[in-house]
Amino acid sequence: MLLDALTLQLGYNAALVALGASALGFAAGTVGAFLYLRKRSLVSDAISHATLPGLALAFIVMVALGADGRFLPGLLIGSALSAWAGLWITGWLGRATRLTEDAAIGAVLSVFFGFGIVLLTVIQSISAGRQAGLEGFLLGSTAGMLRSDALLIAAGGALVLLATVLLRRPLLMTAFDEAYARVQGVDTYRLDLALMTLVMAVTVVGLKIVGLILIVALLIIPPVAARFWSENAPRVVLLSGVFGGLSGYAGAALSATAPDLPTGPIIVLLAFALFAVSLLFAPLRGVLAASLRHRRLQHKVHLRQGLLAIAHDQPIYEAVTRRMLRRAGLLRADGMPTESGRAEAARAAFDEARWHALRRSGTLSELAARDDGLTRIEAVLTPDQIATLDARLSGREAT
Amino acid sequence: MAQVQLAAAHGQPVQDDVSQAPLALRGVTVSYGAEPVVLSVDMTVVPGAMTAIIGPNGAGKSTLLKAALGIVTPLAGQARFWGTPLKTARDRIAYVPQRASVDWDFPTQVLDVVMMGLYRELGLLRRVRPRHIAHAMQCLERVGMAGFADRQIGQLSGGQQQRVFLARALAQRAELYLLDEPFAGVDAATEMAIIDVLKSLRDDGKTVVAVHHDLSTVEAYFDRVFLINRRRMAEGPVAEAFTSDALQATYGGRLSDGFVARSA
Repeated sequence: MLLDALTLQLGYNAALVALGASALGFAAGTVGAFLYLRKRSLVSDAISHATLPGLALAFIVMVALGADGRFLPGLLIGSALSAWAGLWITGWLGRATRLTEDAAIGAVLSVFFGFGIVLLTVIQSISAGRQAGLEGFLLGSTAGMLRSDALLIAAGGALVLLATVLLRRPLLMTAFDEAYARVQGVDTYRLDLALMTLVMAVTVVGLKIVGLILIVALLIIPPVAARFWSENAPRVVLLSGVFGGLSGYAGAALSATAPDLPTGPIIVLLAFALFAVSLLFAPLRGVLAASLRHRRLQHKVHLRQGLLAIAHDQPIYEAVTRRMLRRAGLLRADGMPTESGRAEAARAAFDEARWHALRRSGTLSELAARDDGLTRIEAVLTPDQIATLDARLSGREAT
Repeated sequence: MAQVQLAAAHGQPVQDDVSQAPLALRGVTVSYGAEPVVLSVDMTVVPGAMTAIIGPNGAGKSTLLKAALGIVTPLAGQARFWGTPLKTARDRIAYVPQRASVDWDFPTQVLDVVMMGLYRELGLLRRVRPRHIAHAMQCLERVGMAGFADRQIGQLSGGQQQRVFLARALAQRAELYLLDEPFAGVDAATEMAIIDVLKSLRDDGKTVVAVHHDLSTVEAYFDRVFLINRRRMAEGPVAEAFTSDALQATYGGRLSDGFVARSA
């Protein structure tokens, strides 16, 4: 069943939903990455919650006009309008008052969401039964999704993706250095507006599948996860899109196996799993890699300091250092250096002396800047240079 | 020759010819809150010279540059570049912002930052060609950073970061270079490398304007000074305008005792 779901064997409709969800996830991951690099991720929270009153109002208007209240394009237009209003108010609060952006976001988010819930309750009391479809927009549901709905979502995601790719250069430049981008002629105010519009589009398009409460996660988690893997912005963006697309695809497929499973939470949980793996295991910025690097450095420092102490016949004070030396076979259990310990210690001391000489050599002293107390001089100087240095060393000893 | 009518510092409209000046400010006033940070400043940058903008902390030096470049919107006054508005002069202007104004943990490499200098040439979609990359590498070469092209920018020292910013400005092939505190927090070798590049730009006929805070190097580095403490205090060749009187007026009691300015 699970494998069937992931390989799209559950029928045409489930395949269509999975396609729509992966397009949406890819678009959300991509746009979300630019939002993250611009350090505005939280705005998506205000945008998504601000969709609810528009959604409910659109339903009411369509029913009042005698149409089907659940007509998806109508609902999406309504939610886009109110999301835009929420976005505008957030921006205006920041410009006109001394409110910081996070406070403005909090205010807009809660007021719009509260108003939306009130409207939902009103709808429930007027036309009992007919609003069932609307609650699905809170947490996302693919049950009873029409083919046209899935196509609309996929097309919307693709359109957002195209616009994002088109704007990638000014978006990245503004995210890195806004002042410079402005001098280069980028209208950063309108560019930010464009980015927010794209975020809004993803949110609105994703309402049906992921739901307005959790779409934020699809905009934030993939870029944060992708950041662990790369130091290159275009790669972070691409990877974020892939993470979003994978979560969308697998989440939709999984939830198709059991119609009771809400699609949105499944997608978000999958995205979180990708995040957790990245956080722990990413080789570049992952927690595990960082702690390994730290341990390795610590080990090197302790060994070097211990060896230098041996070479100068000084006591080794730190128990950690003694333990590491013992494990490396350089120190005996009774605290005396072993044969190889003495040899290593002499080498370390000699290396140190060479560095010392390097700092005092007129021609090469620039290279002494690369002395970090750990790097062997052979890694910095050519054999010829070392020979010159050694000649100076022995010359000084001779005099 | 374009005669541009601009509002002067004292409210009377004046006719002055600024079509030769790479940058001319007239009556520029900027305020972040209720109090003006820059008050009705006139400035005329002389082409082919190196000008230092000098003044105490909070005197509005950086703000003046930002207002000229439209990064902050002035309350009043205007900036003209070769007698035309900023919009039509962007291709001829390169800006080097303060190093501390950006997040150096941003996921990008040195070469990518320099390539940003080619934005006006590349636009949204034009393909990056080998000659673009070669040009960016040349600019890195000029600041002695060619070996760092694929480094992550966060791994650079402060001085190296500043050189990368300068390389990005060089990539623009501009005629007017506006630098905000290019020597702040950089090592001595970087300071020399930067001043060499700036002087070579000047010798090629380009115009350089830098916000500068180290009074002891003004005479060695710059041809002209512009003293500011909210208002314009003095402007002219170093020999004429960089006087102890002018410095006293600019810094008030805050001028460090150790520094003895030339008395003209």
